Amino acid sequence: MSLTPDDVKRIARLARIETSDAEAQATQAQLNSIFDLIATMQAVDTRGVSPMAHAQEVYQRLRDDVVTETDRHAAFQAVAPAVENGLYLVPKVIE
Amino acid sequence: MKWETVIGLEVHTQLATKSKIFSGSSTAFGAAPNTQASAVDIALPGVLPVLNRGAVECAIKFALAIGANLNRVNVFDRKNYFYPDLPKGYQISQLAKPIVEGGALKIQVGDSERTINLTRAHMEEDAGKSLHEDFHGMTGIDLNRAGTPLLEIVSEPEMRSSAEAVAYARALHTLVTWIGICDGNMQEGSFRVDANVSVRPVGQAEFGTRREIKNLNSFRFLQQAIDYEVRWQIETLEDGGRIEQATVLFDPDTGETRMMRSKEDAHDYRYFPDPDLLPVRLDEDWIEAVRATLPELPAAMQARFQRDYGVSAYDAAVLTGSRALADYFEAAAKACGQGKLAANWVMGELSAALNKAELDIAQSPVSAARLGTLIARIQDGTLSGKLARQVFEGLWEGAGEVDAIIEARGLKQMSDSGELEKIVDEVLAANPKSVEEFRSGKEKAFNALVGQVMKASRGKANPAQVNELLKAKLQ
Repeated sequence: MSLTPDDVKRIARLARIETSDAEAQATQAQLNSIFDLIATMQAVDTRGVSPMAHAQEVYQRLRDDVVTETDRHAAFQAVAPAVENGLYLVPKVIE
Repeated sequence: MKWETVIGLEVHTQLATKSKIFSGSSTAFGAAPNTQASAVDIALPGVLPVLNRGAVECAIKFALAIGANLNRVNVFDRKNYFYPDLPKGYQISQLAKPIVEGGALKIQVGDSERTINLTRAHMEEDAGKSLHEDFHGMTGIDLNRAGTPLLEIVSEPEMRSSAEAVAYARALHTLVTWIGICDGNMQEGSFRVDANVSVRPVGQAEFGTRREIKNLNSFRFLQQAIDYEVRWQIETLEDGGRIEQATVLFDPDTGETRMMRSKEDAHDYRYFPDPDLLPVRLDEDWIEAVRATLPELPAAMQARFQRDYGVSAYDAAVLTGSRALADYFEAAAKACGQGKLAANWVMGELSAALNKAELDIAQSPVSAARLGTLIARIQDGTLSGKLARQVFEGLWEGAGEVDAIIEARGLKQMSDSGELEKIVDEVLAANPKSVEEFRSGKEKAFNALVGQVMKASRGKANPAQVNELLKAKLQ
């Protein structure tokens, strides 16, 4: 499998990354070399190997259901571009 | 053409934990904006999520309650999209390996019972809130809700009417509040319903194209939205149009659904396993420990109520509408030993009074024990139904114990047949015209005489006894 320039443009748009045609072309070559790597791996016989979601057989640690955080919004909002009444203000979004 | 409606529901239930799913922030509702949003919730660089054991336990409880499979190893994925109230740029959810798969829920629609199968239920985090009121042309963002634990519960597309969809949503609402994993508060968004709706000609095997109605926060809106959507889809198809897959919103003011976005520019979420979180493992000891905390479930209680108290399937379903109601009924039924009568009083007189006063069963001014005593007094003949309603009013007003009210207000049913006979004689003597009419074959005249006797006894005569005596005297 290999990507077309349109695929690259679409992926970039989904990730909100502005890409010039030249960048898209360079990225296409890089992504396709990654696909080559995947193709090589897919050639390995994996019958008898169960699918995994993580490379190691370790499991998630859990925390107890306890409130440990305090209100630090003043500190967090000191670096926000715009705030009002405790709200972060962002350019208008309409669904 | 005859059409069939097909409905599947996705319900977002907010889990009743104290802290968020991946951080130690409080989940309490109604705090000042952003005062419950920690570094993890607002996605500052370098933070890592740590999973809340309480949220996982809620999901385990749910799986056990609906007889579903619990995936002993389940995995969190990232669902990628951009929106200002989602500061990470992705929502942590579960796609390929959700914690819960399968399971079923019984619903009662009128007199018929159906089983609706569930597809899956997965844990995920809620987003923040966008406030579109005018902040100088900007949008305000409150991230207090960001990271609140949700269990998204997905049904199979097995419902065939809005009534069934509402019955399923209600049964699910009852269950999640019953087992204590969700407070069920729909106004505060703790229980939000998305409905996938399509129609197809009766007999057609394939589903029609569906549209998804988002974020319905009341059972009434759910019903209205589906009814409108079904009408709209049928009209569109009968006019030769096509249904495009789309997401729609329901407007309660107009009662209509309108398109939010078509699937053409639908999001490509690019799910992948979240590298910040390891797979979650559930061991058997933990599952069994959680199972031990489960109360008797609504379905089991319904069966028991039918068996032990002789109530109908419909009544049993109504009486297990909430745990508080079920506990109340059972206490009253035990106090009087009359299940059917207790059911009638709880669902009739008591529910009507509570509705009128806009009170919840837990706030009932009449305790289950007192209602039980009242019913026992009907059973032993002390009270007629009519007198019992007067005693009930006394109980409602807080006038004390049942027997004290009967005594103080002189509400005892007349048991002395000599006294009753005297009244009957007086009534017959005073109403020669009615007596004459009855003897000449007018049945109505008999009822008039019964009425007169009841009136003369101030409602305290036993109606059956009055009938008997009058008949005997008139022969």
